[in-house]
Amino acid sequence: MNGTKIRLLILLLIFGLFCLSCGRGGAGAGKDQHTVTIAGSTSVMPFTEKLAEYFMLENPDYIVEVQGGGSTAGVQACMNYTVDIGMSSRHLKDNEKALTDVTICNDGIAIVVNPGNPLDTLTIEQIRGIFNGRIKNWKDLGWIDREIDAVSREEGSGTRGSFEDLIMNKLEIDDGIMVQDSNGSVKEVIATDPYAIGYISLGLLDGRVKGLAVNGVSPTMENIKSGDYEIVRPFLYLTNGEPDECARTFIDFVLSMEGQTILQKEGLIDIL
Amino acid sequence: MAFNKEKFIKYILTVFALSSLFFLFLIFAFILIEGLPLFLKVGFKNIIFGFKWAPTKGSFGIFPMIVSSFLVTFGALIVGGPLGLSCAVYLAEYSGKRMKMLLKPALELLAGIPSVVYGFLGVIYIVPLVRNYLGGSGFSLISTSVILGVMILPTIISISFDAIMSVPRTYREGSLAMGATKWQTIYKVVIPSARSGIMAGFILGMGRAIGETMAVIMIAGNALKIPTSLLDPLRTLTGNIALELAYATGDHRLGLFSTGVVLLVIIMALNYIANFGIKKKRLK
Repeated sequence: MNGTKIRLLILLLIFGLFCLSCGRGGAGAGKDQHTVTIAGSTSVMPFTEKLAEYFMLENPDYIVEVQGGGSTAGVQACMNYTVDIGMSSRHLKDNEKALTDVTICNDGIAIVVNPGNPLDTLTIEQIRGIFNGRIKNWKDLGWIDREIDAVSREEGSGTRGSFEDLIMNKLEIDDGIMVQDSNGSVKEVIATDPYAIGYISLGLLDGRVKGLAVNGVSPTMENIKSGDYEIVRPFLYLTNGEPDECARTFIDFVLSMEGQTILQKEGLIDIL
Repeated sequence: MAFNKEKFIKYILTVFALSSLFFLFLIFAFILIEGLPLFLKVGFKNIIFGFKWAPTKGSFGIFPMIVSSFLVTFGALIVGGPLGLSCAVYLAEYSGKRMKMLLKPALELLAGIPSVVYGFLGVIYIVPLVRNYLGGSGFSLISTSVILGVMILPTIISISFDAIMSVPRTYREGSLAMGATKWQTIYKVVIPSARSGIMAGFILGMGRAIGETMAVIMIAGNALKIPTSLLDPLRTLTGNIALELAYATGDHRLGLFSTGVVLLVIIMALNYIANFGIKKKRLK
């Protein structure tokens, strides 16, 4: 009796392992359907989805699957050949340079506050001070005597990575700073809290939050194109070696006049 | 033939029954395999008593999160404990049949509301309320405690209720016969007799609060410092895992699993206390 139980248990274990191993077997697409899988940065994802929609309209025999996960996950997935194209919203690190990268567009990072905030401009020094924890009160910036509710992104996020590179200049973001896990939640906090400050992708800037000028330069497309607004990062597509034909077709579409116009309409800076 | 079939069914059911044990084992094994290597690499002390969490720069201290997790849990108990106990006493001792028929399903419904809904309500109502009337950003220890306090109510109420109901009728009758009022009876006889069960309810409520994730991420503010006031933001152990898992690779990912190991140990300890520690006391 006991022996039987143990045998059954072992059987179950094997069955479980079998199920686990099955999960890895990829879903095979139909013969005449071409599937392009894309994953990575949550900043690039919404725009890639948009591009994919237009692309699939024009090329009905293509299926483009877009997933998030974050820049680092995108790099990793690309290295493991799990996806055809990885998305990254930051430059590749030295140990990731083996991948091929294509810049599909540039994106500014906007420093945002609540629309009720009367300030219009901050210097990079001041922004650094806020996120480093040195400047804690709005009165030090010429507003009322009220604590600053600064919001950052979580460790590993591409937006945070770029913010650290472009603004923080090796200084650490203070531990007392709040953390939200997406551009959307940061925007939500800023939109509802009159005393908040944070940073989001410029493409997501809308009337609910106010983008501050940095060193007197407002975050507009013209200022980014002319190089005056300096808090800019690239949106990258990554492939492991040369992209295969399907991935190539999609990337070509993104880089074409049509693709770039779509990105521009979404508030990003085209590379034409 | 019939005999074999009976036996067969029995074995099949045994296997299914054991499967829950099997899954528990898998989860344990998985978390330990992923989480322990970092403990060995960085050192127990540096993880559990480290103050700095910067996993991409090699610091894996989760002490502030352990403290924060306990803080919100006790906060939740302070909010939910008295409320839950009062409700259980009312249900068991005072309420009529019709009231019970109204309250019991309502409690079940309360338990069934997804945590993201609690989080959403917290962000929309509690957070601005705290910000406007108490100060700070509103994403704070106090907002989180209030929401968690409500979330653990069903657990506390249902277990306390069962405990109170299982106090023998004779105890009550004895007390009333001695001339005690109803409230005196409840306060001096019923609640003390049900104490271990009520404690178990509180501790399981704590387990629920410490394990809650979604609602907490949405309203806690997730800052990495140990909060020094009720209005400071904080990050819990669960929040840390959920916030960063999507982006984590390499040691960062292992660091999150280490967070998971600590969480698992805490939850196991709580469950152990609720199940065994208290029952033993009752036997004495």
